[in-house]
Amino acid sequence: MAMVTPFMRTDMLEPEQAPRQESGVIGWLRHNLFGSIFDSVLTILALLFLIALLPPIFEWLFVNATWRGADRSVCATVAQGGTQPDGWSGACWAYVGDYFQQFMYGTYPMDQRWRPSLVAALFVILLAPLLIPKVPHKGWNALALFVVFPIIAAILLLGGVFGLPFVETAMWGGLMVTLIISFVGIAVSLPFGILLALGRRSKMPVIKMLCVAFIELIRGVPLITVLFMASVMLPLFLPAGWTIDKLLRALVGVSIFASAYMAEVIRGGLQAVPKGQYEGADSLGLSYWQKMRLVVMPQAIKLVIPGIVNTFIGMFKDTSLVSIISMYDLLGIVKKSFSDPTWVSPVTSLTGLVFAGTVFWLFCFGMSRYSGFMERHLDTGHKR
Amino acid sequence: MAMMQDKLADSRAPAVSPLYDPRIRGLFYQIVTVLALVGIVFVIVTNTADNLRRANISSGFGFLQGRAGFDLGQSLIEYSSDHTYLRALEVGFINTLLVAVVGIALATAVGLVIGIGRLSSNWLIARLCTVYVELFRNIPPLLVIFFWYVTVINILPQVRASIALPLDIFINNRGVYFPKPIFGEGFDFVAIAFVVGIVLSIMHARWVSARQMATGKRAPVLPVVLALIVGLPLVVYFIQGMPLTFDVPTAGKFNLTGGSNIGPEFVSLLLALSLYTAAFIAEIVRAGIRGVPKGQSEAANALGVRPGLAMRLIVIPQALRIIIPPLTSQYLNLIKNSSLAVAIGYADLVAVGGTILNQTGHSIEIVAIWMVFYVTVSLLTSLFMNWFNAKMALVER
Repeated sequence: MAMVTPFMRTDMLEPEQAPRQESGVIGWLRHNLFGSIFDSVLTILALLFLIALLPPIFEWLFVNATWRGADRSVCATVAQGGTQPDGWSGACWAYVGDYFQQFMYGTYPMDQRWRPSLVAALFVILLAPLLIPKVPHKGWNALALFVVFPIIAAILLLGGVFGLPFVETAMWGGLMVTLIISFVGIAVSLPFGILLALGRRSKMPVIKMLCVAFIELIRGVPLITVLFMASVMLPLFLPAGWTIDKLLRALVGVSIFASAYMAEVIRGGLQAVPKGQYEGADSLGLSYWQKMRLVVMPQAIKLVIPGIVNTFIGMFKDTSLVSIISMYDLLGIVKKSFSDPTWVSPVTSLTGLVFAGTVFWLFCFGMSRYSGFMERHLDTGHKR
Repeated sequence: MAMMQDKLADSRAPAVSPLYDPRIRGLFYQIVTVLALVGIVFVIVTNTADNLRRANISSGFGFLQGRAGFDLGQSLIEYSSDHTYLRALEVGFINTLLVAVVGIALATAVGLVIGIGRLSSNWLIARLCTVYVELFRNIPPLLVIFFWYVTVINILPQVRASIALPLDIFINNRGVYFPKPIFGEGFDFVAIAFVVGIVLSIMHARWVSARQMATGKRAPVLPVVLALIVGLPLVVYFIQGMPLTFDVPTAGKFNLTGGSNIGPEFVSLLLALSLYTAAFIAEIVRAGIRGVPKGQSEAANALGVRPGLAMRLIVIPQALRIIIPPLTSQYLNLIKNSSLAVAIGYADLVAVGGTILNQTGHSIEIVAIWMVFYVTVSLLTSLFMNWFNAKMALVER
């Protein structure tokens, strides 16, 4: 019997290079852009669409745009009474620059504008640690932001005490009002939303019915009708001789509206807390409010933080509606500036809207990114 | 011993002080709530009646019979400033429904395309759709409406330089002008024939699928349906002697005369509402399709079902179950957002109501009309979508 020497490789062979068709730039293109005939047609169509769309937009926004100037002549063609050549069209950033302060503060007195700026700085300082999950003392932080801060902010913005001159709310405007309305909206809607959600799940038929009726009525109608209601009906409801501030009316309208939506978000969280948690709290002998405060709410709120942020994004966008009841929030003041004869030209309105849109977009996109981050952060893998 | 028996005999609820009985407490809380509410409502009603008396405004809906005295930009039914307030509200009502229905159809179509596009294996298409969604859903709809309005007004040419399209359609910054159909005598029969055609097509489709279930043979559907829906009305149309003429818009010196006109307000409102809502619908569609387990499409592949057919017969019916509930709330949002028309002067219910409110001061009645309308529309839409959802829902054994 002959000896068989089995062959055994002693060194590893390098792996074969993937075919050039399948790897590198070509492979990526083949897989992601030109996978099939239909895919290739789509890709080419999309490319053509981009080529047709992007350069003109870029040109309008930046290349043709005017960045400096004192009045409309820099943003209008000769035929329109300006200095630009005929057929010119481009963004009028000079106008945004001129109006920038108004877009931020409205007609708040020039020498007092440090007050809203200080409030904004305070807001950022209090908000930032609340948003970062790792920073401790969330309870105290929230207390400072939602209870102490509004008082300080109201004193600073309104004035009339501590030697600060009084500034009436009719002079407030711009991004400042947008942020105030959305902040008050969320600060009011959280507690009221919790109460309404608890009421809707209550076993007491009268309270349950009232909460359901309120929530469904408000959620069934557009915000603009609620705002109209607040602005024209609220004064009727008050005794003769009482007046109610216009900003306050808008705040009441937005808060009512936001509370109804927040209630539904929180109800979702309450329903997601397992029944055993309620029963466990009951068997420990906790009272209803102890049960809710110590056992149910902490779990429910944690479950719906992304939903709360989403509601807030919606509300932030909806604040722009107060411009319809002639308040000067960011959109309202941008719209008001269109009729300023110093700057009126075919391109100013579009430029103003692009500016306002960018500001809104940055805020909302930031918030939605944060919501996504929280969703991943809170997802501990224990979901059923 | 006797005491123990006494205790056993007493099997009713343990005697606690009524102060701690949850039922009595609940009753007490509810009575307090109702009393407080009645008190608040009483104060509000007294104040309101007082204020209205002082402002010399009578309450009630009688004012709706008064002469409106204002013109409306767009109206599907006959309206002039001599008509009553009630008629003006009807115009607004129809205009709201019009923009809502067209908007929902357009938003669903765009949303479906964008949503499927985001899942495409084509990198460029997926990215483009993502950019669309992130761009539109993070900007307030009101701003988008203004944007389209300003763009339409500024970019489209003046009346003198109208863009002429085939079929006598003209586009300029006052809107889209197109031939207005004038229905002559006997056109009713054509409309009836159309409805009959649709009913017959549905019956035919049912018969075809029943026969396929029974025998496995599939009869033609599309040619028959085309003949019924298009052919039948056409035949009736010619029998009736072609009772349809068109009022064609003609270019005058300063304006286009004749024809129908869709104003820039409607166009910009429609574009803004549908493109804004489409971004949300796209996300819902994407979540729905991704919610169908991958095994389903793999199983379809393994059975040799072609990809398009697998999508239509296997993935989409399952995805619809996930899609429909959130889709309903987006539809409701669109209907409610159509009230933003007031900002650019499209004569919807809120805009017309706002004008009447300013003229007459009947704020309570107008707000009540708005609320009743929107709550009713919301309820009807939810009812319909719930019925549709129940029809689609998984039937478990």
